[in-house]
Amino acid sequence: MARRIESGTTIVRFTFQDRTIEAQEGDTVAAALTAAGVRELRESVVSGSPRGIFCMMGTCFDCLVEVDGRTNVQACRTTVTEGMTVMPQKGGPAVEAGE
Amino acid sequence: MTMMDSNTPHACDLAVIGAGPAGMAAAVTASKAGLSVVVLDEGEAPGGQIYRDIERTTPRRSAVLGEDYVAGGALAKALREADLTYLPRSTVWNISTERLIDFSRDGGSSQLQANYILVATGAVERPCPIPGWTKTGVTTVGALQILLKSAGIVEESAVLAGSGPLLWLVAKQMVDAGAPPVAVVETTPAGRMQAALPHLFGALKGHRYLSKGLKLLRAVKAAGVPVYSAATDLEVTGETAATGLRFTSKGKQHLVSANHIALHQGVVPNQQVTRMLRCEHRWDASQACFRPVTDARGLTSFENVYTAGDGAGIMGAVSAALQGRLAALDIATKLGKSAPERADRLEAALARDGAVRPFLEALYAPATAFVLPADGVTVCRCEEITAGAIREAVDLGAPGPNQVKSFLRTGMGPCQGRVCGLVVASIINERRKTQMDETGYFRIRPPLKPLQLSELANFKPLEKLEP
Repeated sequence: MARRIESGTTIVRFTFQDRTIEAQEGDTVAAALTAAGVRELRESVVSGSPRGIFCMMGTCFDCLVEVDGRTNVQACRTTVTEGMTVMPQKGGPAVEAGE
Repeated sequence: MTMMDSNTPHACDLAVIGAGPAGMAAAVTASKAGLSVVVLDEGEAPGGQIYRDIERTTPRRSAVLGEDYVAGGALAKALREADLTYLPRSTVWNISTERLIDFSRDGGSSQLQANYILVATGAVERPCPIPGWTKTGVTTVGALQILLKSAGIVEESAVLAGSGPLLWLVAKQMVDAGAPPVAVVETTPAGRMQAALPHLFGALKGHRYLSKGLKLLRAVKAAGVPVYSAATDLEVTGETAATGLRFTSKGKQHLVSANHIALHQGVVPNQQVTRMLRCEHRWDASQACFRPVTDARGLTSFENVYTAGDGAGIMGAVSAALQGRLAALDIATKLGKSAPERADRLEAALARDGAVRPFLEALYAPATAFVLPADGVTVCRCEEITAGAIREAVDLGAPGPNQVKSFLRTGMGPCQGRVCGLVVASIINERRKTQMDETGYFRIRPPLKPLQLSELANFKPLEKLEP
């Protein structure tokens, strides 16, 4: 499991699914979720298998989540703000078959 | 002011893309020379990845990350104090042939007209395709270090696997952070030291790096971290989450249990911007990557576009800053300004700093298994495409990366080939028995990063952007 090497100063709270996560000010969503032990951030587009952080620098797009209703947000490039609502991203956009 | 005026994009002498060591140093030098400079960077703060969050470091973090990291603070301070426009949180997604730059920022988009552009977008980690590398709990080694730099987070049950200086640096930093890795699994093939030895004499000019490397190795071993050498047949175990790493070392199979597996095979230039601009690139056999073709000062084949730092070829942070300053001096001279510092001294320092590279490149060149993975291994993580499928597409007649992309969607997912590109090209190249320069690379097109329609719709002139 992940842990912090020092205690922070300011706590920022946000939700991931139905969980309240305590982050430290300045954390990215990806870092805060890692510290909270959350590993599954989304389901892959093709096979629907769980994915988590991979590069942490905006390159791989594996940490895509929904933030306050906005899809395809890179968790590793988004700074946590108080009251933010983060949801895992489920696969790709669904296309309904026509009549 | 007429309508026309308000629609004329902000213009500058030099736009610097990226605020890592090369970008920061170039911007400061150019501004000292009297150029109007705008720095566009994706990060929240200056530093790039090597000096990530350097302005927010604490005494504890600095002690763990070491003096080479702390040294980046001076560059960030100089950037803050320089007379220039620094725009963090800016993602460049297009550059026209007239050097009109489109970028998004804070949910909107903006434009900048640049006379000269310096591309200082640094490096990305070389892909490490092994069975199971898409499971949760598997990251790059760089990702572990970014967690440490940006949030003071360490993984307590991590295996570090791969090859290269960063593997040992992060292992040592984890030891100092009180969370030594469960094991270091080195994939550097046996016999590499002999292959690198001819370069050792030249590397002695860079003895600071050699002694730092030896100290790292000793410190990790002294901390009691199990080290496995010349490991092959790596495989991440676990259903959907990593539970351990299986591998063979010295003829014996091992399984090390851990819930975090960090992989590393060195870093390679981030080619996205220079490729989008159709700058000429050539395969560098020693660094096993493509790099843009430049003159001694970093000028690419694209008019008035320069590149410096790891994006121009992997030389490390100190060289990156020196290259940035040299490029800035060249641009200043072309614009008729007097140079604020002497280029010959920078060039001498650059030669000294780079002396260690041929040795490191020979020692840490990626093992074949990471460049040409077995058929069953996923190569393209976004679209979940295996090495076998790529080989099959080649056998069906796809002659290069762009045709394989059309066949299979490799490189068409959100990462746009940033992760898999070199492996896709290498597999095609080996299958067709041709040369990498002939095989080439994905054609990179705008937008460079996925873009929301709302960002496009919400246009703001550069002058009206928040700091």
